[in-house]
Amino acid sequence: MKLKKGIPVIDQGNKLGFWGGKFGGNFVPETLKKPIEDLEILFNKLKKDKNFINERDKYFKNWVGSPTRFIKLENLTEHVGGAQIWSKVVSDANGGAHKIYNATVHCLLAKRSGKKVICGDTGAGYAGKMLSMAAKKFGLKCKIFMGAKDIQRQQPNVRAMKKNGAEVIPVYSGSQTLVDAVSECMRYWVANCDKVAMCVGSTVGPAVFVRICGWSTSQISRELKAQLIDKFGSIPKKLKLYNCVGGGSSSFGFWNEFMDYDKKQCEFIGVEAGGPEKSKKHAAPLTYGSKIGILHGAAQYVNQNSDGQIEETESISAGLDYPGISPLHCFLKDTKRARYTAASDEEALNAYKLVTKFEKLRPSLEPSHAFSVAIKESKKFGKDTVVVVNSCGDAYKDRGILKKRLGKKYV
Amino acid sequence: MSNLISHAFKKAKSENRPALLTYTVAGDSSKKQSLEILKSISKEVDILEIGVPHNTPVADGSQIQTSSYRAIKNGVKVNDIFKIVKNFKKFDKNKPIILMGYYNMIFQYGENKFLKKCKISGVNGLIVVDLPWPENKKFANKCKKKSIFFIQLLSPTTTKNRLKKIIKDSHEMIYFISMLSTTGGKLKVSSKEILSNYDKIKKINSKKNVVIGFGITEKTIKSLKKADGLVVGSAICREITTSIKKRQNPVTNVYNVVNRLKKKIK
Repeated sequence: MKLKKGIPVIDQGNKLGFWGGKFGGNFVPETLKKPIEDLEILFNKLKKDKNFINERDKYFKNWVGSPTRFIKLENLTEHVGGAQIWSKVVSDANGGAHKIYNATVHCLLAKRSGKKVICGDTGAGYAGKMLSMAAKKFGLKCKIFMGAKDIQRQQPNVRAMKKNGAEVIPVYSGSQTLVDAVSECMRYWVANCDKVAMCVGSTVGPAVFVRICGWSTSQISRELKAQLIDKFGSIPKKLKLYNCVGGGSSSFGFWNEFMDYDKKQCEFIGVEAGGPEKSKKHAAPLTYGSKIGILHGAAQYVNQNSDGQIEETESISAGLDYPGISPLHCFLKDTKRARYTAASDEEALNAYKLVTKFEKLRPSLEPSHAFSVAIKESKKFGKDTVVVVNSCGDAYKDRGILKKRLGKKYV
Repeated sequence: MSNLISHAFKKAKSENRPALLTYTVAGDSSKKQSLEILKSISKEVDILEIGVPHNTPVADGSQIQTSSYRAIKNGVKVNDIFKIVKNFKKFDKNKPIILMGYYNMIFQYGENKFLKKCKISGVNGLIVVDLPWPENKKFANKCKKKSIFFIQLLSPTTTKNRLKKIIKDSHEMIYFISMLSTTGGKLKVSSKEILSNYDKIKKINSKKNVVIGFGITEKTIKSLKKADGLVVGSAICREITTSIKKRQNPVTNVYNVVNRLKKKIK
C-alpha cells in the first residue's frame, strides 16, 4: 500500500472508492446507488469549476471567517520547556469549530442539485449546529439526527440548532450516540433521497462523503501553510502537527496540504479518545488495533466483536465517541504517513486545565485530547521543533461536563 | 443452476398465485422460539427468509430493528443461526431458506467459511443488503459455485442501464424494493406504480423470478398478487413485538398472520 505524491489523497481511491484497495468503498443499499452517483458526478465537476471554487472561497472568507488565527502559546511553551508550542485556532471559525467547512460545501452542493432539504448527523452537536447555520444561510430546510444521550450532554449546541430553525430528531436506538445518529440519518436518506440532500458530518460514510468532507476541511491546512511561511519564512525543518481524531475530519483537513512533505520534516500525530482510565471501552480503533469491518457504508478499522456487531464506545467527548474511523486515516496509518495514539478522559481534562491556566484559549474536550499528547511529547523536543495543535473546537459546549468534572472555576 | 428456490416458484405458479416469502429475525425472541415460528409457518410459506441480526442496520425500519436488537440481546451468534437452519431442515428439508443480512457479518466470518457453513446447514440463497452491484460480483460468483442463489436487489432509483446489467448478472431470483423506504415503511406509492416498475424488470428478462418487498402487509398484499413472489417482514416482526407486550404466544399469533396473508393471495 502506497501513498502517491502529487495527487490529492481524496482522489487516490480506486474506481470503486477504495483507498489502498481496501478502505472505504460504497457498502450501501441499492436505493442509494443512484443518489450517490449523482452526487459524485456533481462534486467531481464542481471541484474543478473555477466559479464554484471562487464561490466557496468567498463564503469561507466572508462568512466562515478565514484565516483563523495561528498563535504561539508562549506561556505554555515556557512551562513545558521543550518544543515551541503553537496553535491553529480553528475554533475562531463562525460557529466555533471546523465543522462549518463541510456544512457550507454540502449546502452549496445541495443548492446546485436543486434540493430544498438537507439532513445530517451530529455527535458533539457541532456538525449539526454548523449544518443548521449553513442551511439557514442558504435557505434550505434542515433536519438533524442526534443520539438522545448526546442531546443530554451537549445542550448548548442543541439550543443553537433549534434557534437556527433546524428540526432536531432524537435517536433512541442502540447506544444513543453518534453511531446511531449516523445510522438513523442514512435510513432517513434511504427513504427520502429523491428530495433530500444528506450531509455526513465527518470524513466517514460512503466514499463520496469522505471526499467532500476532506476537500472542505483542507481549508485549515491551506491557511496554516501560508501562516507558517509568513512566520518562519519557510516550512520549519521539524514540524509536528497534533490533532484529535474521532471520525477524522479536522485532522485530515489540518494535514492535507503537508501530505507530500517527508514525514521527518512534517510529522502527523492523530490522538484518539482512549475513554475513561478505568473502562475497557474506548473510541480508539487505530491505537488499540481494531479489525477492519464495515460501518456506515465504508470499510475501516472499527470496534466490533468477533461476530461483526459494532461495539459501544465510551469517551468524555461526544465528538470523538465513534467506533470507526475515516478510511483516509486507515490509509494514512497503513502507509505509515501518520502516527496514532490515544489520550484518556482524565488526560484530556488535565490538558484542558493546563492550557486554560496558561493561555487565553479554551479548547473543547476533543482538541484537549490532542493537547494532552502534544504537551507530553513537547518536553522531549528541542526549541527548533515547532509543535502545532489544532484547537478545532471551543469549550463552550462542554460547560456542563467541565463543571461536573473540574468544578465551577473551569467553566 | 437450479435449487429449492426455483421449485418453490414453479409450485406457486402451478397454483396460479405468487410465492409467499416471510422474513423473521433469527433468535427473535429467542433461539428456540424463532425455530418454532419457522416450523409453524412453514406449511403456509413458500420461501423462508431468515434475518441475520446486525446492530447498525442502515436499511431497516423500527420493527426489524426492534427484532434484531432483541435477538442480539438474547445472545444470538452467527453459528446459532446456522444451527437454527440445520434444525429446521431436519423438520422440512424441502423448504428453501434464504439468509438476509449485512455484509460485515459475512466479512468477519470469512466469505468462504460462511458459504461452506451455508451449504452444510442447508441455506439456499443469500440477500446482502449493503453489498450492491458491482461490488457483489465476486461474492455472487462464489455463491453460484456452491449452488446458492445470490439475490440481487433492485430499487425504484435503479437506472435502466443499471437494471439491465444487474439482471444480466443475477441468479434466478431478484428482489425488487417497492419504494424509497427502509423496511416496514407505509406503502407510499400506488400498487399500480409498483407493478409498472415490476413490469419493466420482467420485460428485460421474463425468466427471472421477481419478488416485491417493503411495505407489504395484510392490507396491501392482494393488490400486488400479480408478482412472482411477495415478501412480508416488518408486519411479522411487529406481531412478535405486540405478542410479547400482550403476553401472548408469538408462535400462534405469527402463524395466524401468515395464514391470513396466504388466503389473500390464493
